[in-house]
Amino acid sequence: MKQFDYVRPATVTEAVAAAAQPGAVYLAAGTNLLDLMKGNVTRPDRLVDVTHLDGLDGIERLADGSLRIGALVSNADLAHDGEFVKAYPAVAEALLSGASAQLRNAATVGGNLLQRTRCAYFYDTASRCNKRAAGSGCDARDGENRSHAVLGWSDRCIATHPSDFCVPLLALDAIVEIEGKNGRREIALDELHRLPGNTPENESALEPGDLIVAVRLPPAARGFAAHARYLKVRERASYAFAIVSAAAALRIENGKIAEARLALGGVAAKPWRARAAEDVLKGVAPSADAFQEAAWRALTDAKPSGANAYKIELARRIVVRALTLAAAGTPARIPALPASPFASTSGAIHA
Amino acid sequence: MPELNLTSAPAHLRHGSSIGQPLTRRDGVLKVKGQATYAADNHPPGMLFAVMAVSSIAHGRVSSLDVAAAKRHPGVVDVMTPDHKPELAIDPEIKTNPFVFRMEVLQSNEVRYANQPIAVVIAETLEAATEGAVLLAPRYETLPPLVGLDAGKSYVPPVVGVGNPSEIHRGDVAAGLAAADKQIDATYETPAQYHNAMEPHAIVADWNGDHLQIDMPTQGLMLSLGRVAELFGLAPDKIHIRSPFLGGGFGSKGLMAGPPVLGIMAAKLVGRPVKLVLRREQMYGPVGHRAPTRQRLRIGADAEGRLTALDHHARTVSSTFDDFYEPAADASHTLYAAPAIRTSHDAVRVNTGTPLFMRAPGEATGSIALESAIDEMAWACGMDPLAFRLKNYAEVEPITGKPFSSKALRACYDQGAARFGWAKRTLQPRQMRDDAGLLVGWGMGTATFPALMFQAEARAAIRRDGTGAMEIGAHDMGQGAWTALAQIAADAVGLDIDRVTFKAGTSDLPDAGIAGGSAHTATAGAAIHSAGAAVIAKLADLATNDERSPLYGAGNTGVIARDGRLIRRDDEGRSESYTEILARAGIAEVEARGTGAPNPAAMEEYAMHAHGAVFAEVKVDPELGQIRVTRMVGAFAAGRIVNPHLVRSQLFGGMIWGMSFALHEEAITDRRTGRIMNADLGEYHIPVNADVPPLDVITVEEHDPHVNALGIKGVGEIGITGSAGAVANAVWHATGVRVRRFPIRIEELLTGR
Amino acid sequence: MNHSISLTVNGARRDFVLDDPRVTLLDLLRERLHLTGTKKGCDRGQCGACTILVDGKRINSCLALAISHDGADILTIEGLARGDRLHPVQAAFIAHDGFQCGFCTPGQIMSAIGMMQEAQAGNDPERIRECMSGNLCRCGAYAGIVDAVLEAQAGADETNQRRSA
Repeated sequence: MKQFDYVRPATVTEAVAAAAQPGAVYLAAGTNLLDLMKGNVTRPDRLVDVTHLDGLDGIERLADGSLRIGALVSNADLAHDGEFVKAYPAVAEALLSGASAQLRNAATVGGNLLQRTRCAYFYDTASRCNKRAAGSGCDARDGENRSHAVLGWSDRCIATHPSDFCVPLLALDAIVEIEGKNGRREIALDELHRLPGNTPENESALEPGDLIVAVRLPPAARGFAAHARYLKVRERASYAFAIVSAAAALRIENGKIAEARLALGGVAAKPWRARAAEDVLKGVAPSADAFQEAAWRALTDAKPSGANAYKIELARRIVVRALTLAAAGTPARIPALPASPFASTSGAIHA
Repeated sequence: MPELNLTSAPAHLRHGSSIGQPLTRRDGVLKVKGQATYAADNHPPGMLFAVMAVSSIAHGRVSSLDVAAAKRHPGVVDVMTPDHKPELAIDPEIKTNPFVFRMEVLQSNEVRYANQPIAVVIAETLEAATEGAVLLAPRYETLPPLVGLDAGKSYVPPVVGVGNPSEIHRGDVAAGLAAADKQIDATYETPAQYHNAMEPHAIVADWNGDHLQIDMPTQGLMLSLGRVAELFGLAPDKIHIRSPFLGGGFGSKGLMAGPPVLGIMAAKLVGRPVKLVLRREQMYGPVGHRAPTRQRLRIGADAEGRLTALDHHARTVSSTFDDFYEPAADASHTLYAAPAIRTSHDAVRVNTGTPLFMRAPGEATGSIALESAIDEMAWACGMDPLAFRLKNYAEVEPITGKPFSSKALRACYDQGAARFGWAKRTLQPRQMRDDAGLLVGWGMGTATFPALMFQAEARAAIRRDGTGAMEIGAHDMGQGAWTALAQIAADAVGLDIDRVTFKAGTSDLPDAGIAGGSAHTATAGAAIHSAGAAVIAKLADLATNDERSPLYGAGNTGVIARDGRLIRRDDEGRSESYTEILARAGIAEVEARGTGAPNPAAMEEYAMHAHGAVFAEVKVDPELGQIRVTRMVGAFAAGRIVNPHLVRSQLFGGMIWGMSFALHEEAITDRRTGRIMNADLGEYHIPVNADVPPLDVITVEEHDPHVNALGIKGVGEIGITGSAGAVANAVWHATGVRVRRFPIRIEELLTGR
Repeated sequence: MNHSISLTVNGARRDFVLDDPRVTLLDLLRERLHLTGTKKGCDRGQCGACTILVDGKRINSCLALAISHDGADILTIEGLARGDRLHPVQAAFIAHDGFQCGFCTPGQIMSAIGMMQEAQAGNDPERIRECMSGNLCRCGAYAGIVDAVLEAQAGADETNQRRSA
C-alpha cells in the first residue's frame, strides 16, 4: 500500500475541500477502498476520513413521507432497522444478501453506492483495463468473462457493478444527496453510475471533492412494501457476488398491477432499471404470461460480451421469478437465506 | 530391550482405556483462547518483516527491478534479488531424492510460472516491506506461456503419483469392451485446485551463529529439516524447527517449498530474525496445487449389468521444470470387479508451479470421474446405482487379484443407504420435487483410499512418580494428533491419559514421518504403540526378575499394564505399581524407543484400503439452475477408530471437500497469460457455512489384523472420494443433465438437457 | 507523520503513537501489540479469520485502518476467558469440535459472539449458517460450529429467561 496522508476533517465543508485535491479519496469504512489499495488497484495520495463527521449516520423520516438515510449508516444497521424493513423490504433483503455480516457491519450506505467492479482484470494490475488505466485496453473482452456484462457494455469495458443494495434502490427511484465544492445538490441514483461508452474510467457523475451525504427514498417508494422482493443467483449459498439479480416491486390494486418497478444487478456497469418491462406490467393482472413478456422486454437490448450468453436467459428467468415472488407478497420476515432461490429447503419430497 | 517392531498387538497391552474414547481435543483450550502458536505468531526480538515480490508473467525473464525505489521507502532494510543474496550450499535445481521438488529461490532471473518469487523486500515494518515489494516494479522479457491441457505435445510420464506405473492393465480391455452389451465412453474434466489452508505458509527464521531456529508449519518435520540442512550446508543438529500447530496443510505443507527457504535466506542476509508470510494470492504458485485433468472412461457391461471392461485414461499437466503427475486413473484399480481393467496417463507441460499432493491426490480426481461413469452405466443398464455397484462388488482387488486385508464396504452400503432412505429413490431422473417445487436429486458414490504406512519412531518413558512420557515429532494440522496420538500413548504405557506427557511438533523429537497419505495416525501410532510396549517390557523385566516383587516369575508376557500397574495375567490379585517397581530398583525412569513401519509381507499378501459409501441429496432450482446440497450421509469403514469425535470431524471435512470439488472450487487461468484470475478467497469459491447441509457420518465397525498393529486405516482423505461423485450424480438425478466438467456451473444446467 | 491514538483493547486503554497510517487494526494487534490470537487468512475481507468486535460489532480487522478507529473499544479472542473460565462460546466450540486446525477459530468465535449480540439468527440453524458465512473454514468444521452456536445460544436464552423471571 502506497504511503498516504491521512486527514480527518471536522466538518463536511472541510472534507470537501480536503478531498478536492488531486490524488485524494474519501475513506469511510474502507471495506472496498482498503481492498483496492492492498491490491494496488488504487494508490491514493491522501485519505480523507469521513467516519468521524457528525450528522451522517441517521435514518430519518421526512415530513413528505420520504426517508433519508445518512451516508455513514452501516449496511447492517439499515437492514436491521425495524421500520426500514417494513417499508422497504426488498432493499433490506438485498443488503442482507450481500457480502458477510462482518462486512455489512462496517460497510456504509455511501460506500456501497461507490463500490468498484469485481472484474478480475480490473483487480489484476498486470492486465490491461480501461477503467483502471484509461486507454490501456480491455483484457476482459477476450478473457475469462462468463460473469461480465450483457447490457450497456462497450468494446472498451464489459465490467459489471457489483452492488446488491443499489438494485432495489434504483427500482424505488432513490435520490443521492451530494455535498460538493459548490454546495449541495441531488441527483437520481440512475444518474450516479455511468455506462462505459468510450470513457469507462468515468464511472460516476461525481466531481472531485463530491461527498455523498445521504440517500433518499421518495414518498412513493413506500407504496410497494406489500409486494417487493430481491432475488440473487450466485455460486455459493452466501458470501458471493450475484451472477444476476433482480429487484421487483409491485403496487397491486384491485387485482391489477397499478405500478411495477424492476431493476437488474450483475448485468451492466450500473444497476439496470428495466422501464420497458415496468410499462408492460402497468394495469395488467399479475400472471405468468405478463411476467414473461416483461422479462423479454427487460432483456431486449441484451447481448453477450463474451462467454456469457447464458446470463441473458438467466436474467429473463430471474425477472419472471422475482416478479412472481413479489406478486405473491412480501414474506413476514426476511428469509433465512436472503434473496436466495432456496428460501426453504425443508419441504417434503415427492416423486 | 532393543526396539520393537510390532505387527500385531502384544499380549500385555490393552486397548480401550483411551483408544476409542470420544475425547475432545486436548489442544482445544489453547485454540479457543487464541493461544495456540502458529508460525506467524512468533516475534523474536529484533525481527524484521520480509515480503516476496512475485512474477506477474508466467514465462520469460525478469529484466529489471527498481531496487533503489524500494530501498528509498522508509523502513526498508534490504532487497534480496538474484544478484544480492546469500549463496546456498547446493543448487536448488538438483533433486537429491524423489521427495525434493525444484523451487525458485532467486537462483536466476528466469520466470517459469505466474506468482513465482522474484525478489524479497526486508523491512522494519510489514507495511514498508509490502510497499517495497510493489516499488520494485519489475520489467520482463515475456515469452508465450504454455497453458491448459492441450498446451503442447503430450507424453507418457514414467511414473504418476508416488512411483506408480503410469499404465497398468489386467485382462483384455479391448475384448471386454467388444463383448459388452452396453458401453459408456465419456470424458470428464476437473480443474486446477489450490489447497488454500486457512493459514498462509509462513516462516520465522532466526540465525544464531551457525544455529538456525525455524518456526514454520510443516507436515514433515524431518523431511523439511533434511532439506534445509542440505540447502544451507548445516549439520541437522544445528537446526531446530517448531511446528506445534498447522493452520491446515492438505498436502501443501508436506515438502519444503521455496518461500520458507527465502525466509531463511533473508534472515541470513540481514543478520536478524525475519518473518515471511505469504499473501493469499502468493499461495497460487510456489506451494503446490492439484493439477487439472481430462479423463476418458470407457466401460462395458453385459446384459445383466456385470462389468466386462473398465478403461480409464487421464490427461494431466506438470510444470515445465519438474514432475508430479496426478494419478487420477488409478482410482479405477480397486473398486469394481471388471475382469479387464486398464489405467493410463499422459501429460503436457505448462507454465505453472509444479502440481503437488492435494488431499486425496489422484483418488479425489479419479473418483469423481469414475463414480460419474459408473452412475452413467447404471442408468444405461436400467439399474439402481447401488444395485449396480453391488452387482460389481469386488471380492478381491480387481487390478491385482489380491484379497483385501478387510473390507466392510457392503456394510457401508447397507447402513448408509438405510440411514439415507435410498430405497425411495426414483430410477428416472428429474422425477422428484419438494413442496417448494425445487428439483430433488439423490446420488451416491463409493469411497476408497489406500491404508498406507510410512516410517516413524517414538520414545517412551515411565517415571518413578508414576507418570509417563511419549515423544514423537508428530504433526497436528487439524486432524487431531495432539489428542489421538496421546490416546494411543496412554494405552501404550498403561496410564491414564492425564498422567502421560505427550510431546510432539518439533524437530528434536523422534521422526514421526510425514503427515500425509492418511497414514499419520497409523504410522506414528504404531511407533508409539511399539515404544510403549518396549518400555513396559523393560519395566516388566525389572519386576518379574526381582524376587521381592509380587510379579516375580510371571515372565514378560505374563503381565498386563493398566492404570499405572503391572498385573499378573493369571492372577489379577497380584500386581505392583510402576512407582513401586522403579523405587525398589532405584531407577528414576525407564525409557525405550519403538518404530512404526509398513509390513512388507502383509502388503505382498493383501490389498489394504479403507472404504465407504456416500449418499447425497441436492436441490436444484428448475429455472434458475442454482444448486444446493441439502443432505449427505457417509458410511465409512476405516479399521480401528481411535477417537470417534475427531474422526467424525475429519470425515465431515472430507465430505465438504467432495461437495466443493463437484460444485465450487476451480482456479481460473487466463489462457493468454497463464495468470490465475481468481487467486484469492473471494472468487476461488470454497464452501461457506450456508453451503453445508446437515451431515451424517456412520463409522462401520471393522477389524483389520493386517494393516498394522493397531488396525488403523486412516480417515484423512477418504471422505472426499465418493462424496464428489455422489453430489455430481445427485445433480444429474435432479435435473437429467449430465455435466462432465467440474465444478458444475449454472450455465450448464440452464443450457444442458 | 505520527498520529497519537488511543484504543481500549480487551478492557485496557492503550495510548500509542502510530508512525504509519497504513497500519490496519489486524496488523496493529498482531505485529505491534503482539496479540496474535486474531489471525490473518486473506488480508482482503474474504475469509473472516481476523474477525474482532469493535464497539460491540464484529468486523474484519484486516479492512479497518487503526488510525480511523481512534477511540474504539476492541474485543479480541484474548479478552474472552477469565483465567481458566472460558466464555460459553469457547467452551461450546470445544464440546462440539467446532474446529480442526484451529486457525479460523478465533475469528469464528468472535463472529459467533457478535452474531448472538445482533440477535438476528436466534436458534434457527439455517439463519446461523447464513450469519456465520463470513467465516471460512477449510477443514470443514461447519457442523460443529453450528452446534456450538446453538448450544451457546440456548445457554444465553436460559440465562436471559432466569434474569427476567
